[in-house]
Amino acid sequence: MKKAMVLAITAVMASSIPGCERKPQESELIKMDGSSTVFPITEAVAEEFQKSDPNIRITVGISGTGGGFKKFGSGEIDIADASRPIKPSEVEQCKQNGIDYIELPVAYDGLAVVIHPQNTWARSITVTELKKLWSPQAQGKVTKWSDVRSDWPNEEIHLFGPGVDSGTYDYFTAAIVGTEHSSRGDFTSSEDDNVLVQGISTDKYALGFFGLAYYEENRDKLKLLPVDDENDGNGKGPIAPSLETVANGTYQPLSRPIFIYVSTQSLNRAQVANFVKFYLAHAAELVKEVGYIPLSPQAYSLAQNRVDKRLTGSIFGGKGSQIGVLIEDLLQKTGQ
Amino acid sequence: MNTNALQTVFFRQRPLLERIVAGLLFICATVSVLTTAGIIAVLLSQTIAFFREVSFAQFFGDTQWTPLFANKHFGIWALISGTVLTSFIAIVTAVPFGLLAAVYLSEYADGRIRRFLKPAMEILAGVPTIVYGYFALVFITPILQKVIPGLAGFNALSPGIVMGIMIIPIVASLSEDAIHAVPDSLREGAFALGATKLGAIWRVTIPSAFSGIGASIMIGISRAIGETMIVAIAAGQQPRFTFDPRVPIETMTAYIVQVSLGDTPTGTLEYHTIFAVGMTLFLFTFVLNFVSFRLRQKILKGARL
Repeated sequence: MKKAMVLAITAVMASSIPGCERKPQESELIKMDGSSTVFPITEAVAEEFQKSDPNIRITVGISGTGGGFKKFGSGEIDIADASRPIKPSEVEQCKQNGIDYIELPVAYDGLAVVIHPQNTWARSITVTELKKLWSPQAQGKVTKWSDVRSDWPNEEIHLFGPGVDSGTYDYFTAAIVGTEHSSRGDFTSSEDDNVLVQGISTDKYALGFFGLAYYEENRDKLKLLPVDDENDGNGKGPIAPSLETVANGTYQPLSRPIFIYVSTQSLNRAQVANFVKFYLAHAAELVKEVGYIPLSPQAYSLAQNRVDKRLTGSIFGGKGSQIGVLIEDLLQKTGQ
Repeated sequence: MNTNALQTVFFRQRPLLERIVAGLLFICATVSVLTTAGIIAVLLSQTIAFFREVSFAQFFGDTQWTPLFANKHFGIWALISGTVLTSFIAIVTAVPFGLLAAVYLSEYADGRIRRFLKPAMEILAGVPTIVYGYFALVFITPILQKVIPGLAGFNALSPGIVMGIMIIPIVASLSEDAIHAVPDSLREGAFALGATKLGAIWRVTIPSAFSGIGASIMIGISRAIGETMIVAIAAGQQPRFTFDPRVPIETMTAYIVQVSLGDTPTGTLEYHTIFAVGMTLFLFTFVLNFVSFRLRQKILKGARL
């Protein structure tokens, strides 16, 4: 008993000695979360930005575009990474919690359809075939390569794709199936694109899709499957995603803009405003470095213009994915 | 503890401190019981919420499991087949090695080797399962792919085998205890009848220790069924009703991990599915643990004879 008392007193004394007190460090924290597709860009920008100001800490999560918007809409994070425009339900959540946001396009992405390098039979795929393969009706029915195209082998097809919280999933389903957030369910789904890379690169009968950057990073382990949209107006025959085909709009319908969403409240903090400015100023070079396609310089300055003028809301009208749009046109229309 | 015993603990005249200590000890003893009761209560209430929206026929009468997608199916058999398949492979791997190791340790190994081998083997049981998971994915799977054509990168075989390796020490250690406990008089009786050493082991020692060996296998199986990390990493995450060990599958535990990692809002149907799956898993392991408990009771009775 007595011993315990002595210990207690020592503890009190120790904490009252001035040197022992811990001062809360004044370091600024910027919290980001959302799309794993946008993550490589944000990570690269954050790294560069922290070099210029080591007192700032930036955390970047990857819970998927949907997951990121859930946290953004409840005010948990400052900036959301998004690989599709904000949806009505998410707009509603922001409104309820009094969160105003500015939508900033940061790059174009091509969704890569990939297969195993030893896959010798598939040279290209049409949008109709992709739809046949991924629509909800295909569940449990289209299970073999030969079900997609009759001269492909009579072997089970193993499908890999991003999880349902992912913006890439939403965009792909909108572009291919025709209904956003609607697909078959019997495929290996993961929010972590590295899991998909691992799965496809070790399975001869695999087919999957994800952002182009993850293909660029793993070129030696994967094979790109060119996509034919059966519309000769924007390039004839099957087209593979690349810097040119995504930027000039011929890799359709699987090209799309990707975004960051900044809360205006967070933007009032000087550090967040600086970070966003830095992001838009350096995006062009860093986007290329991590394997995506930069917007035109004009688009980035139009985006900075939105920040300066605090233009809130979505240029897509809060209705989710739109297929085959060029960001420059939209920014111009709504920028004035 | 009956009420009489409670009264003796709490109300007999004793120094205050001693009664407080006894009370604290009582709380400690009941913590695990209360936790179990709490877990069952949560599982039950959420499972009931699940079955308000999904019928038993949809749950037990379907072989597709796609609750997160547009075309929703709730056929639990797709997950049960994944769990049963990986556990079966694990047991087929673990039992021969574990049992033979137990026979060697108990009947053949001399004291020095035994004192070294037994703890060395138990180190296997202490390896974190996430390490086993990556061991399966990046080491065992590529080796197996060289031998088995058409083996997918995510499959049931590789994590099954690695789970088996993980279970070997459990089977070996408990079986060895059971074999060791067989009275020498039985072995000597066999020798007296002219049995060879091997004959005595196969015909007398192992059958006498059977209930202990059975219990060790049961514990091994329930360990395999509950194993999460290895299958979540190396088996793929695709619910599929199949017993083909070469293709990606998903177990009950891996499904729970998959949903918990995403951002499923609480109270939704998707959220309730993990409790329905958890309840199924709980019933599986409960039955197995009960069987192994009864088997062990049988040994204790046998030892008294």
